[in-house]
Amino acid sequence: MYFSKISATGSCAPDKIVTNDDLSKIVDTNDEWIVSRSGIKRRHFSSGENASDLATGAAEEIIKRSGIDPLDIELIIVATVSADYTTPSTACLVQANIGAANAVAFDVGAACAGFMFGLSVADKYIKCGVYKNAIIIGTEVLSKYLDFNDRGTCVLFGDGAAGVLLERTEEQEGILCEEIGSDGFKAMALTKGFSPAGNVFNNVSCEADRSMKMDGKAIFDFATRSVPVSVKKLLEKSGRFTDEIDFVIPHQANSRIVEIISRKLKMPLDKFYMNMDEYGNTSSASIPLALNEMVEKGIIKKGSLCIFTGFGAGLTWGSMLVKF
Amino acid sequence: MFERIREIIAEQTGKDVEEITMETNVKTDLEADSLDLFQIINDIEDEFDVKIENVEGIETVGDVVKIVEEGKKD
Repeated sequence: MYFSKISATGSCAPDKIVTNDDLSKIVDTNDEWIVSRSGIKRRHFSSGENASDLATGAAEEIIKRSGIDPLDIELIIVATVSADYTTPSTACLVQANIGAANAVAFDVGAACAGFMFGLSVADKYIKCGVYKNAIIIGTEVLSKYLDFNDRGTCVLFGDGAAGVLLERTEEQEGILCEEIGSDGFKAMALTKGFSPAGNVFNNVSCEADRSMKMDGKAIFDFATRSVPVSVKKLLEKSGRFTDEIDFVIPHQANSRIVEIISRKLKMPLDKFYMNMDEYGNTSSASIPLALNEMVEKGIIKKGSLCIFTGFGAGLTWGSMLVKF
Repeated sequence: MFERIREIIAEQTGKDVEEITMETNVKTDLEADSLDLFQIINDIEDEFDVKIENVEGIETVGDVVKIVEEGKKD
């Protein structure tokens, strides 16, 4: 039986940093208001780089750190909700940019849980013996969608990309257990971008709506109620207890939501890694951005037992138990 | 019921229980933002086994009590 382990990580964020003070010059807000409500101090905004450029940067870092020959990469999965093009996929653009001529490349879309879904798919390909390795990247340029007249949302999001190299192993390590799910019945609770079915033979408007719409209460309920349930199910399935877990890497939406999740799971907050102060909410990229930072800082070591947990539009969620 | 709701609100907002009356405005008097309010509503929903919709319409603690009482009747 095969397992898939994370053998390298990498990230790429735009150089341009936008502070809360910078935002307060263009919208009616201030640093204290944003920090106390979200834990966000800065975010990186694109200076023109698109989702595929950031994903390529992350992939190049993964290749450099792992030493893998791009021609040996077998699968590339990119998770994004802010792709350069509707088609081709961002994964295909990355494939060409890094010269991974032998890889199969495609995107997955599961919003802020996208990286978890990508990891889940890649894990299955590896576990059933189809591929020996895969690069999975979450990448977002959310700044291109932000409405800078809406102070409630434009302060929350940022741009960035990060990912992992997943490799086949016969040791019992890497992705040990997962719990993923979807609730399409609540799909309208969080939407971004709508393309109406207009054509010259009907009277439907052809005007697309790029904006983001959120039912705050529904999403809050989902994040603070469903995520702890997902993590508890994961622990039950794997026969583990909370005190065995070294770190939880949650989707970096909002520090207060993470605090509530920690309280509901009765797990100390210092086990929950947070870096939304630096990046804001980067949707698909947030979990790998946090993971990569932990690896770079030496926080995650060989043998560390971690839970990744993502939740987002769809509604979608996914939790994984990962041993390094 | 009011006593328990007071306790939940006090716990979430860090205010003294005595400060909270039926007339207390949740947004201005308690300085509660939307996430505080969502958490208060969540805790109340769990405590009283009711579903509270129309959170935007809530102004005072009395409004919360009324919604819970009506919810219990259904």
